[in-house]
Amino acid sequence: MVVQALAFYLFAAVTVACGVMVITARNPVHAVLFLILAFFNAAGLFVLQGAEFLAMILVIVYVGAVAVLFLFVVMMLDVNFAELRAGFAKYLPIGAVISLILLVELVLLGAGWAFNSETAVIASSPTPPAADVHNTEALGMLLYTKYVYLFQGAGMILLVAMVGAIVLTHRVRAGVKRQRIGDQVARSSKDEVKVVKVQTGSGI
Amino acid sequence: MTELPVMMPASPEIFLACAAMAMMMVGVFVKAENAYRVVSTLAIVALVFAGGLVLHVGGGRQEALFGFFVVDDFAVFMKVLILIGSVVALIMSEGYVQREKMDRFEFPILVTFATLGMLMMVSANDLLSLYIGLELQSLSLYVVASFQRDSIRSTESGLKYFVLGALSSGLLLYGCSLIYGFSGTTQFDTLALALTGDDTSKGLIVGIVFLIAALAFKVSAVPFHMWTPDVYEGAPTPVTAFFAVAPKIAAMALFLRTMLGPFGDLVADWGQIIWLVSVASMLLGAFAAIAQSNIKRLMAYSSIGHIGYALMGLAAGNEEGLKGVLIYLAIYLIMNVGVFACILSMKVQNRMVENITDLAGLGKSNPAMAVLLMVLMFSMAGIPPMAGFFGKFFVFMAALNAELYALAIIGAVSSVVGAFYYLRIIKIMYFDEPVEAFDKVETMGLRGVMIVSGLLTAVLFIYLPGITDPATAAAASLFGG
Amino acid sequence: MEDLLSEYFAILVFLGIAVGLSVVMIVASMIVARQHPDSEKLSAYECGFEAFDDARSRFDVRFYLVTLLFIIFDLEVAFLFPWAVSLGKIGLFGFWSMVVFLGILTIGFVYEWRKGALEWE
Repeated sequence: MVVQALAFYLFAAVTVACGVMVITARNPVHAVLFLILAFFNAAGLFVLQGAEFLAMILVIVYVGAVAVLFLFVVMMLDVNFAELRAGFAKYLPIGAVISLILLVELVLLGAGWAFNSETAVIASSPTPPAADVHNTEALGMLLYTKYVYLFQGAGMILLVAMVGAIVLTHRVRAGVKRQRIGDQVARSSKDEVKVVKVQTGSGI
Repeated sequence: MTELPVMMPASPEIFLACAAMAMMMVGVFVKAENAYRVVSTLAIVALVFAGGLVLHVGGGRQEALFGFFVVDDFAVFMKVLILIGSVVALIMSEGYVQREKMDRFEFPILVTFATLGMLMMVSANDLLSLYIGLELQSLSLYVVASFQRDSIRSTESGLKYFVLGALSSGLLLYGCSLIYGFSGTTQFDTLALALTGDDTSKGLIVGIVFLIAALAFKVSAVPFHMWTPDVYEGAPTPVTAFFAVAPKIAAMALFLRTMLGPFGDLVADWGQIIWLVSVASMLLGAFAAIAQSNIKRLMAYSSIGHIGYALMGLAAGNEEGLKGVLIYLAIYLIMNVGVFACILSMKVQNRMVENITDLAGLGKSNPAMAVLLMVLMFSMAGIPPMAGFFGKFFVFMAALNAELYALAIIGAVSSVVGAFYYLRIIKIMYFDEPVEAFDKVETMGLRGVMIVSGLLTAVLFIYLPGITDPATAAAASLFGG
Repeated sequence: MEDLLSEYFAILVFLGIAVGLSVVMIVASMIVARQHPDSEKLSAYECGFEAFDDARSRFDVRFYLVTLLFIIFDLEVAFLFPWAVSLGKIGLFGFWSMVVFLGILTIGFVYEWRKGALEWE
């Protein structure tokens, strides 16, 4: 129990610290690396909650793919980051006001949650206890049967994402020489080679 | 849980999904020169057939797919409007798309996917199916907005739409998670049972406010309208024509269903927000449009204003208000496709023009189109006996009967202001020095859309029940069940 | 819950060792190694290149296309895990719903292939 609490505070502290570093780091590549660290720690928090599958997805999809894409974009785009930062001081007051509002909202929500009489009922209703069914299996038992509509809908969204990526970025380049193996294999000597009897001294 | 779910009510959606995938295969396997023409024809056929299926499934409340999907008269009414909007947009785009080298077969496919998303939105019976439908629609729309990828304006509009759209989706998800957290369910029916109006927790209200913010973004109501003028101006014109009708109607349908369905008993809480959004949209739509010189931007502000009037019915929050909104949206669809058919015909020596001043002298150079545009502009301004007047009439009546007098008065004032810029277009057409005449209207499809839209707008008053009867039934279905 | 977390205890210990080892290495190199920092050491030697420069330049968009397509299939694979775990309990319907999902993405795959998006030239 103590280990669990310690691990929670460690993960939570590192996540928050990383979040701060993501927006304050001078070098955008460092910011992305901090983001990755934040993802890892969030995965740790998920594990502490018993949500193994979400933790794994966070590592595979967010760290393995999304963050790498971020890194890709940050490293390969020719953006002047100093220029982007120029307005920081000017927008600081507005930003501060908005974050204050968000903070108040969060506190209100937390208080509303803590003092709501039905909280315990709501929180316990949907998930089976982790001891009976572990998280990945519980998800699997719902996702492909009861939630089949949403599952197939997600498939359509991925399909549109594919079409979109190709429509917006793919172009056929003219004048590229390609190896066409099918054509090579299908070639026969009859069509390509001609045997000519040449008379001595007359040329072709 | 191995039994098959009920799927028949969702047959239009399932058919459309299969058709879109089949079109993708046709597109890559037929010869590249023919691909666009073949797929575009197939898409129109598929959308019309889906419309047939929608009518065949019919009204009467039916749930499907384990309660995530619902069909009722309201859904049928909205789906028919959306499908008409999509089909007309595809028909109108033909000439432009071929001229501007946009004729890649993905365009009709993406429009089909977007339409599929809209149908899913209209039939959503759960916060999750709402989100999935909305994302399917938005993702396809981001791509079509930047479809002319070599034009800076088109890519810029797509990017802006995407960034702001992603933000609004974030708001939506945050709102949904709060609602789920404080009520323990995402199902609309269960939510409606749980939320009776007395003793609602504050967290839930915050969640609903976030939801309203996100939906207001999708219908482009003030103060979440900023993307609209830029996206309308930058996107290729046929895409703008599509944006102005189908997604607007779908988002509005979603708005109505969520607000009046699960949160119907909380109207005292959210009614004032809708009131404010409606007033702001009407006023901004009226005043900001005056300064515009680009007709696509003008139409963007005009659509913001129209959404304001439509929201007036939602602010009333009763069956009569809903009926008003439905009639308004149907008439909005009829008028808007006509106006965009005219904008798509604004072409001088094979070059598109978009300025309002380019319309000067249209009364002499192309009298037929000028008369048509005049009818549409009178209708947009809400001058009787054009169709637009009746749209406004029903929402104003609903607002007055719900004792929202201030709202109705502000609406009346802003529609007078709005009439100024609609009438200015008529003045430019008939009284200004002529500039270069437009080319002939290029495709039969475009001409047909213009004539049908103009005629319907002008003579709708002869047979008004054609629209009001289905709208009444649709409105009753959302309140009866 | 306790049992579940105790399975992860080994990983926690492993993480602890990893963090501890890297801290030891950094601290040790700061204490033990000789350090004489000098700005000249970092500057270009005679006509050489700048030692530290901005590596950013505009890249071909094809790199992004490949990554985007990868992410999509990555997500597809992520859906397979819970399915595989619960396949015994969700029956034939669950099985076929996954097959349909894979079919949808296979359509996308065929589309990509025929469009030539998978070729580098």
